[in-house]
This record gives sequence, C-alpha cells and structure tokens, in this order.
Amino acid sequence: MARILHPPKSVSVNPLKSSQPLGAAYAYLGVQGAVPLFHGSQGCTSFALVLLVRHFKETIPFQTTAMDEVATILGGADNLEEAILNLKKRTKPEFIGICTTALVETRGEDFVGELTQIKARRAEDLAGTEIVLAQTPDFEGSIEEGWSKATLAIIEGVARRGAPARRNARRINILVGSHLTVADVEHLRAFVEAFDLEPVILPDISGSLDGTVPKSWTPTSYGGARIDDIRSLNEAALTIAIGEHMRAPAKRLTELTGVDYVMLRQLYGLKSIDRFVTVLQSLSGQQAPAAIRRRRAQLQDALLDGHFHFSGKRVALAAEPDLLYGLSSFFAGMGAEIQAAVTTTHTSAILEHIPCETVMVGDFGDFERLAEGADLLVSHSHARQASETLGVPLMRVGFPIFDRLGSPHKLRILYEGARNLVFEAANYFEAARSEPDPRALDPFQNRETLDERHSTSASRGH
Amino acid sequence: MSSAQQRAQALFNEPACDTNKAKDATARKKGCSKPLTPGAAAGGCAFDGAKIVLQPITDAAHLIHGALACEGNSWDNRGSASSGPSLWRRSFTTDLTELDVVMGQGEKKLFKAIREIVEAHRPPAVFVYSTCVTALIGDDLDAVCFRAAERFGVPVVPVHAAGFVGSKNLGNKLAGEALLDHVIGSVDPDDVSDMDVNIIGEFNLVGEFWAVKPLIEALGMRIRACIPGDARYIDVAGAHTARANMMVCSTALINLARKIEERWGIPFFEGSFYGVSDTSDALRQLARLLVDQGADGELLVRTEALIAEEERRVWNRLAPYRERLAGKRVLLNTGGVKSWSVVAALQEIGMEIVGTMTKKSTDEDKERIKALLKNEKHAFDSLAPRDLYAKLAGGEADIMLSGGRTQFIALKAKTPWLDINQERAYPYAGYDGMVELVKRIDLEIHNPIWAQVREPAPWMDGAAPSPTTGDADFVARTRKKFASATVDEMGEC
Repeated sequence: MARILHPPKSVSVNPLKSSQPLGAAYAYLGVQGAVPLFHGSQGCTSFALVLLVRHFKETIPFQTTAMDEVATILGGADNLEEAILNLKKRTKPEFIGICTTALVETRGEDFVGELTQIKARRAEDLAGTEIVLAQTPDFEGSIEEGWSKATLAIIEGVARRGAPARRNARRINILVGSHLTVADVEHLRAFVEAFDLEPVILPDISGSLDGTVPKSWTPTSYGGARIDDIRSLNEAALTIAIGEHMRAPAKRLTELTGVDYVMLRQLYGLKSIDRFVTVLQSLSGQQAPAAIRRRRAQLQDALLDGHFHFSGKRVALAAEPDLLYGLSSFFAGMGAEIQAAVTTTHTSAILEHIPCETVMVGDFGDFERLAEGADLLVSHSHARQASETLGVPLMRVGFPIFDRLGSPHKLRILYEGARNLVFEAANYFEAARSEPDPRALDPFQNRETLDERHSTSASRGH
Repeated sequence: MSSAQQRAQALFNEPACDTNKAKDATARKKGCSKPLTPGAAAGGCAFDGAKIVLQPITDAAHLIHGALACEGNSWDNRGSASSGPSLWRRSFTTDLTELDVVMGQGEKKLFKAIREIVEAHRPPAVFVYSTCVTALIGDDLDAVCFRAAERFGVPVVPVHAAGFVGSKNLGNKLAGEALLDHVIGSVDPDDVSDMDVNIIGEFNLVGEFWAVKPLIEALGMRIRACIPGDARYIDVAGAHTARANMMVCSTALINLARKIEERWGIPFFEGSFYGVSDTSDALRQLARLLVDQGADGELLVRTEALIAEEERRVWNRLAPYRERLAGKRVLLNTGGVKSWSVVAALQEIGMEIVGTMTKKSTDEDKERIKALLKNEKHAFDSLAPRDLYAKLAGGEADIMLSGGRTQFIALKAKTPWLDINQERAYPYAGYDGMVELVKRIDLEIHNPIWAQVREPAPWMDGAAPSPTTGDADFVARTRKKFASATVDEMGEC
C-alpha cells in the first residue's frame, strides 16, 4: 500500500495540474449541443480554451460571464443572467454547463439559488435548453475533480428521477473518467455493442472532439451524449463507472434512480478487462463474440513478446490519480519498477493502490528530482522540460498534449488498446537501447557504483 | 473611481496613439477595448497581457500569485526564443489553496515563494504578478515585493494586472508601466555610446528578431535592450541610456516608448520589420534618429548601402515565386496596420488581396488600405464566422492568412491557411523573413492534400470535384447554421 506524501509548499514549480473548472468544462463538451460557460473573468475561459485547442486542434465553444472589477464587487448574478440569455440567443444550445471559478467563489455567492431564479424568471426565453451548474473553484482540485462534479451536475440536473415505468434490460450507462481518450471512448462503445447491449456514455467526447470535418459550422459541441439519453439514464439495467473519480456521480445516480453501479478501476490490464467482459457477458446473457476473443489472444501474445523490454526498467509517472493508477499498474504488471509516482491531489481513494512505495502530491519540480535515473517518463506535454533536463524520453499521456499530434486518437484501453500500450512503451525502451560498450561491461570499472545500484534495486524488490 | 480604473483611463488616453487621436472625447474615454459582453466575449485578460509582455525577459523568474488556473492552464505557451537563459520558461506560482484564501495566508506564502526562488535560482530579478483572487482578498503586493527585495537583495517587481481589470491589451500596457516604475533607469551601464538603440515591443517570436539584429549591428549600432524579446534584466534596467528607440508593436507598448521619451528624452519612431520596404524604413529611421542625436553622419551612407544590397538580394530571392503565385488570391484576416507592408510585397510578386479586416484600423489606415485593394468593398469592418466560412467554402480565396483563432474556419472550409500571428512556427521578420513567408504561402497553396480533401466521397453523387472548393448548394446550406458572432470577436491579437 503506497504512502501518500503531501508536503506543504510555498511555490509550485512547473505545475502538473490543470484547473478544476477546465475539467468541468471539458466534461460538458461531452454533451451534444453544449456550450460550457465559465463564471469568472475572461482570462479564466481563454486560458482553458487555448489549452484545449492546443490539445485537440479543434474549435472549442467555451464562453465567459466576463466578470470585471465592478461586477466582482457588486455581485455576478447579472453577468450570469446576461451571459445565459446571450448564449441562448446567439448559439441556441441544447445545453449550457456552468462552472464557477476561483474569482467568483472567493467572493462567494449563492450560485445555485441565482440560477434557479434566473431559470424561473426567464423560463420562456430559456425553454428547450438544459442549464446546470458545478462549483469548481481553481483553488482546489484539478481536471478529475472538475470532470466528476460536472458529470454529477448533469445527472442531477437532467436525468429523470425515480424508477422508470419500464426498465430496458439491454441498456447500460457508462460513466467514463476524464483520462479516457476519444479513441478509448469510441472503442468502448463498439466493444459493448458487440454484446448486443445499448450503452449510453457520459460524458461522451467521442462525438464532439473526434476531429472530423462537419458538414456545417456549429457554434456548440457538435456531438456527445444526447440530452434525451441523459434524461433516460434511469431506464438502464446497470451503471458502469470507469475510474475512481466517477464513483461519486455513479453513486448519486443510484440514489436518484435506483440503477445499481459497478466500479471498474482501470481497463489497461488483462485481468481488469476480463472482469469487464464478465460483467458484459452476464448482463447480455451472451458469450463474448469471436472478434473480441481473438483480440484477447492477441493481447496475450503482445504480453509474451513485449515483457522482455519492460523487465527491470524504471518508470517515473506524473498524472492525475486514475490515470496514474491505471498506467502504473500496467507498467508494474509488465515487470517494470515504478520509480516515481507524482499526482495532483491527496484525496483520491485510488492512490493507496498504486504499486509504488510512495506517491507524491506535487509538481514537475518534484518530478524532476524523483525521476532522475529513470528509463522512461510518462506524463503530459508539460513534462518536456523535465525530459530535456534529465535526458530521459517522455511518453506523452493525459492532458494537455500540445507538442505531438493525434493524442486524442490513441487507443489504450481494452484488449486492443492494451496491446497498443505494450508496443508503444516497449518501443521507447527499444529506441533508447545503446550499443554494447566495453567500458560499461569491464568488471574492474565502476565497481562501487555497480554494487550500490545493485543493492538498492534489490532492496526495492517487490 | 478606483485607482485601477484611473490608471486604465490614463493608459487609454494615449497622446502618441494615432487611433486615439482620431477619436472624439467620448469615444476616447471609453478606452480602446470594447466593453465585454457576458456570453459573447473572447480573448485574454489583463494578466495574460502583462505576462506576454514581461515573460520573454529570459533570465528573470516570473512568479504568479494566485489560484492555479492563471498559471497552471497557461504556462510554456508562447513562442518567444532565448539565446541563453531558460529560467523564464520555468513556471512559478503560489497555487493558493482554499485555506490560504480563507486564512489570509497569501502574503506570507508569497514572501516564502520569493525566497525559495531566489535561493534555488539566484535570478537577477523576480517579477511578481497579481491575479483576480489575490487582488480581491487585498494582498499587499507592493509591500511584500518591497520587503522581499530588501531582504534578499534582488529586485522584486510587482505587476498589477489582475485579470478582471480589463483586456489583454490593457495588461500589455500595465506591464509597460511596471517596467517604467521599477526597472528602466535602475541600473546605469558603464559602456554607454552614441550608437545605442532600444527596440520596444519586439517579442522575438520563433527567434525572428535574430534575422534583423545582425543588420542593425552591421551598421555599427548596438542594441542596448530589445524589450522584451530575448532580453536580459540588466539591459532593460539600463535602457534609459540609449539614444534612439524603435517602437515595433505599438498597440502593446506605445505608453512605454512615449514615457521613456518624456522622462529621458529618447526619441522614438514607430516601425516594423515585416515586409521589405518597412524593414528598410526601420533601418533608415534608426540611423536618422541617431545622427540627429549626434552620431556621425557617415552612418546614413552606410545604411543606404546596406539597404540597397539587401533589397537587391531579397527581390532576387523572391523572383522565382512570381511564376508560382501570380494571380493567387489572399484573404488577410488580421487587424493591425503592420500587415500592410507585407501586402505590398505580396502584390509585388503578383498576388491579389481579395479581402481584409479593418476593424482595428484608423480612418487614415482605411484610406491606405482602399488604395491597395482592387475593390474597396473588400475591406470588411467585421465578418461573421458564417460569412467568412461561406467565402472560403465558396472558393473566393486561395489562401487565408490569419491567427490561430480563425484557423479552423479555414480548415473546415478546406481552404489553405497560414498562421501569421503569435503561434506561427516560422520567422517572418526582416528581408529573409519575407522570403520565408512567401515560401510558406507557396508551400501551403500547392500542398497536394487540398486536391485530396476536396474529392467527393465514393458514396456521394459522383460529380467530379469542382475546380474551387465547394458547390453553391453546400455553401447555401451551411451558411445559415452559423452563430451570429463576428470573427473579430474571436479575439485575434
């Protein structure tokens, strides 16, 4: 069980986190016809927007309540109302997802009450648009927390409460965490459909951020979970939550609708994927189809071929808790050693399961120190300075990835994705291989350092 | 009126700004940025603007005092280049927690943060930026910076540009004020000469100033400080000893150039390194100002000789492109005046400008633009995304030159596009930069993907692809689906 270290600091050096409202707005993009609205100053929106554009290479329809000094002093309710009405008029969204920021939360207002009043007063103007709000100040949390709160807000605001007249035995709700890529979500849907089940995925970024050339210019998200499907979440036979940070929304959905939930911590390892398949088999009453069985055999083969490259390798990871857990479990499961695990928060229950002695809550300043001597860094693009400084290659995962193309389209989950992951990581190790060097092998050279390294790595043994 | 507002008002009443001079008193009072409409606003905040201006000072540490988003969502995102120090790329933020805000621990945390940075990196200076939250809870930035500077023996510069005071542009100017209040004039260099110049408002994006600097130095001038591109703190601190200033991006830092002139009597002119004639003009004016200030008149002769040689060289290098680009139609979606010298060069090799935005231009500029355009109706004050998309999808231009925010309108309309704003990947300044720009335009227009992406899918009604982009029906169908927002609301800078 990992120990969580959370040393107090005065200055964060090269932050690992992105902000909590960014995570919430990102989740809102997984709803069709959505415009996420930041309640804060315009910079709060523009920084988040630019970062998402750099990651996805797509237009990102974020809007802002444009709080200025005066509104901050007098209260932001008017700005909130004006913004909602303007958005409604100009872009005709089906859904407006509001996320609060540090600015308005520091001032502190009854946002929920304000929104309720606005909705009541402007019922006619706002008909046909669902509006929800998540409180996501920047001074706590990161993407995971914002994503989780936004999903919860969507469920509370849109899903029908109570048991439905008729349950659909084939229908399942899948609440996916922020760490899944567009390709992961696309593949997940096809995988579940292969069992003749009807998945509703929330948030569903696979339709809205999948990088296509739409037939027209749309000022809202152009795909994602449909409002009608969110309304009828209560008709499903089961909810599957993927990632610990989706537990809260899943639990809430159970409370509101009576639909039970199953928690899947990760989908990167053979055993976890098998568990998922078992759930799907029992729900559908069908055995896994031949294509999926073949994928499993291919993953087995990739594990056999690939594990030589991982054994004894030292890997340093920095990511939000669920991605950190999933990938460090994957690397440890391949025989690598987790030299460092750095994350964004101490509150996630998943952290203690990370296969590493300690998990550090920190930034890339910490990461640079802890990752020295590692064979591979695994984190997002902001680790590039650490990679340059340490001279260790960086495998880019998570968000943001702004200096490589195609990261949203990397499939890394389920049998097929896990096989990709084996090959991707193994190729980093393969590329870093150097020619045998007589000096390095000379038994009379470097005796002391060799002895030392040997004993430390032995004492770290699992 | 708050002091921040008074300050903003004063900044907007800029006597050296042409746009401002052309306005009447009421319009002037409103300032140069539009009031923001909630739900229909775009672009960065004042903090963003301030950091853009100061962060390229490469050997200083830049510490952002606030909650995470201001720095966490924005660091390592600008393309300025450094010829040496890398400290400016490292991100420092106090990353305030809820507890810090509630318990009022911000000032203490800030003080400790400055100490940790100074101890770890020994920078020549620390810039400390306030943000909305720390401004709102009333952290006394000046006092903490003053005390820290005293205690640690390093200049600690407070930058008051919290996001909610206004636009990115106001933030640019507030950063200029911070330099005036705390930095420029604080160090007296011991090697002053009558050939010293400052370049103000040059950001050295993708290192493009390095294509110009050798020209200036070949004339025997010395660049005391380029503010802020690839600057060292001590050079900025000694910038008051130069003999002439060139103002490159006037929108951002005109207040800085004017106030330096007022305070230290250094004359300035506004110029640009984009385009052949503008680059020549800039060199000429620098030389002229120095000679007026007492430098040897021989400088003017040397300058003309260099310009003649460089212009001959650049036109020779541009000539081969005439054949490939003559008659190609350019849509220019950028507000500033500086693009106009680029236009002259594009026209020189036979390209045609089929449209441009004049929203940010003065009446005088608009006249110049009309003179350059074949059809004056093609100067648009504002253009809705749907209209821009329709134009491009309808094949009205062979390429659009703009910034990143309208990138996807062009790309989704399957139209060649080139980034000429701050996120661009190639240097376009100076004589060689002009060749680079034309080369990039050529490569973009003639990229083989355009023919491929415009090909109809096998399952579509099998009409052969039209020579331009799309069919009229398609355009008509998609037009009406746009939002009513205008393109310049998408926040080009």
